[in-house]
Amino acid sequence: MCLSIPAEVITLKDDTALVSVNGLEVNVSTLLLDNLKTGDYVLIHSGFAIEIIDSEEAEKTLSVIRHMRISK
Amino acid sequence: MGRFDAYHSKVLCDHLCEQIHRLAKRPLRLMEVCGGHTMAIRKHGIPSLLPDIISLLSGPGCPVCVTSPSFIDQAIYLAGQSNMIICTYGDLLRVKGSNGSLEMARTEGKNVRVIFSALEALEMARREPEKMIIFLGIGFETTAPATAAVIIQAKKHAIRNFFVLSAHKLMAPAMEAIVSNDIPINGYICPGHVSAITGTSIYKKIVEDFRIGCVVSGFEPLDLLQTIFMLVRQAETDRPALDIQYSRVVKPWGNQKAIALMEEAFETVDDWWRGLGILNASGLKPKASYHEFDAAEVFQIPANNISDPEGCICGEILKGLQLPVDCRLFGKSCTPENPEGACMVSSEGSCQTYYHYEHRR
Amino acid sequence: MNTDGKRIMLGHGSGGGLMHQLIRDVFFKIFDNPLLNSAGDAAVLPRRANMMAFTTDSFVVDPVFFPGGDIGKLAVCGTINDLVAAGANPFCLSAGFIIEEGFLVKDLETIVRSMATEAKNAGVFVAAGDTKVVERGKCDQLFINTSGIGYLADERTTWQQANPICPGDHIIITGSVGDHGMAVMAARNQPDNTTGFQSDCAPLSILFNELQDKSAGIKYMNDPTRGGLASSLCELTAKKEFGAAINEEAIPVKPNVKGLCDMLGFDPLYVANEGKMLIIAAYDKGHQLVGQLKQHPLGREACRIGTITRENPGMVLMRTKIGGTRIVNMLSGEQLPRIC
Repeated sequence: MCLSIPAEVITLKDDTALVSVNGLEVNVSTLLLDNLKTGDYVLIHSGFAIEIIDSEEAEKTLSVIRHMRISK
Repeated sequence: MGRFDAYHSKVLCDHLCEQIHRLAKRPLRLMEVCGGHTMAIRKHGIPSLLPDIISLLSGPGCPVCVTSPSFIDQAIYLAGQSNMIICTYGDLLRVKGSNGSLEMARTEGKNVRVIFSALEALEMARREPEKMIIFLGIGFETTAPATAAVIIQAKKHAIRNFFVLSAHKLMAPAMEAIVSNDIPINGYICPGHVSAITGTSIYKKIVEDFRIGCVVSGFEPLDLLQTIFMLVRQAETDRPALDIQYSRVVKPWGNQKAIALMEEAFETVDDWWRGLGILNASGLKPKASYHEFDAAEVFQIPANNISDPEGCICGEILKGLQLPVDCRLFGKSCTPENPEGACMVSSEGSCQTYYHYEHRR
Repeated sequence: MNTDGKRIMLGHGSGGGLMHQLIRDVFFKIFDNPLLNSAGDAAVLPRRANMMAFTTDSFVVDPVFFPGGDIGKLAVCGTINDLVAAGANPFCLSAGFIIEEGFLVKDLETIVRSMATEAKNAGVFVAAGDTKVVERGKCDQLFINTSGIGYLADERTTWQQANPICPGDHIIITGSVGDHGMAVMAARNQPDNTTGFQSDCAPLSILFNELQDKSAGIKYMNDPTRGGLASSLCELTAKKEFGAAINEEAIPVKPNVKGLCDMLGFDPLYVANEGKMLIIAAYDKGHQLVGQLKQHPLGREACRIGTITRENPGMVLMRTKIGGTRIVNMLSGEQLPRIC
């Protein structure tokens, strides 16, 4: 459930953000988020930005995976 | 290319698969309850990468699949009224009620439009004030806040020709119903986008009372593999826990603004789920203070009760008790071209996903 | 004729003076060629030694203008590509127009002009035509039916007969997939304000002019229009003694096409193309063929995406980017934008 994809915020105006998905630009509503900034990565779902993606956490998760070692 | 491409990295996926193979010793049944997960798992061919002892099951996570056919009947009834336009997400278009789908209703000349966002429906109401616009609110907590926001906007701007027919549902009651029905599963792959809104407290009871591990997962291949790894580790050490794999998006406290909007516009009601029956406080409908936007309150809609097609085991499949191939209708009288049960209707339904990605004709 | 603001009226299809005026001022003027200009009830075509290929297709597209083309270009290219896929060199086309009353004459001219341009590019004639006008609401703006005739490049009849497909043969696509379907989607404003899309609509006879000969190693072609690459592959393998193994990583998809697909919940493998060809090439000629295709602008992104297999006969299996395996099945209906 809940098709949702990452997009980068390009500009903000009132309750709307212009975001880029792989270079594809669309307008989404920001009614569900406070404190959005240009350059933020957000998840978009059915025309709404639903959450900010934390790039630091994204790196942390990858680093955990890289360092995972289970001995046989 | 994309900023989060590393989550598709074959090298890291290989690495994770190797760790899972080393760690997994006992048979495990892991359930996802999100159509997006069902789809991603099949699309990336994840089952082909896992040890045979790990089974991945699809639970009641596709909102279209669990919705009552009588909801479709109500929508079709409204579509047939003069001056009304039904706005729906594409997902719902082919779902059959007791007498055809919205797609069929459209071919009969009824007013059904597919939209991509609830805001489009509101915009349509503004643009066509002489028409009554009915938006079909469907989905779990990911989608419900958008509907809530739109209802609140409609009130704020006094848009009187906009209505919502709500079939919104809550995720946790269904997940609890499954484990309290003694359905044997060892862990939940929890829906990432629902959790982005709700936070993780909704899974507490499942972990603490039922001792079933819950890991909130993202949707990329690496996310799913890491989640499976975490659930395998919990099972092997016999320590079920509530964990967030999808930490770049999901915070334990969720999206407070979205929650507040939902609480402002909706109240919970007992609701019917395919395969699970009526579950307490598992559905959402507009609160009394927003009744003028609730299509179910404003319009007289005839009610009827109907059952699943004979032989259809969608209910059992949604509970993870049987696989699509166990159904005698699967791939025979029930195909994506001509679906009988709801799990075959939705492109994220277990049966259709299975049909597309694993079924050998 | 000054056509600013002029609209098609029912009289334009009546058989009377208005119709003759339209035919003369638009169709004859723009399509201008000896076969059409002879203006008999039927075009008379030359006979050739090789077998003839014949195809027909009707075009309905909403909107009629989209980035990278219009319904006219689509009709001409679609018919040419069907002939090319059969191994033929396209020779001539017919064009039947069903026009909704009220359609702008100026738009009709633009569409007819783009048909003429594509036909000329591909070296084919529009040899016969027909126009009907229907009342407002009886059709959606403009429907076009085009039929086409071409002559096979050599003495064979079918691809299979000439050179049967066998395990080890290469599966090749001439470029990125999903461009047309997503350009039309974007032109419909689904979702709002999407830009930067371009349909791949193009007449592929230009690309294959030199390659229809047996020596190029082509054993089969299919243009993956509606239903996309996946459906073409399923068609190829259905009920056959061989299977197809493709590699997701190798299949070219433009980033914005992928982005819009992700957003709408579409799979680019099932999205329509109008300027691409799926090719099965003999295993010893595949590499050379890709090299030849790449030399042409319409084949610049040509690449091998898989192999014909002895295993899994009748099936298409895809190795996913992360190394998993999944089955690729035929699309069941139109893909719908979804949120779930």
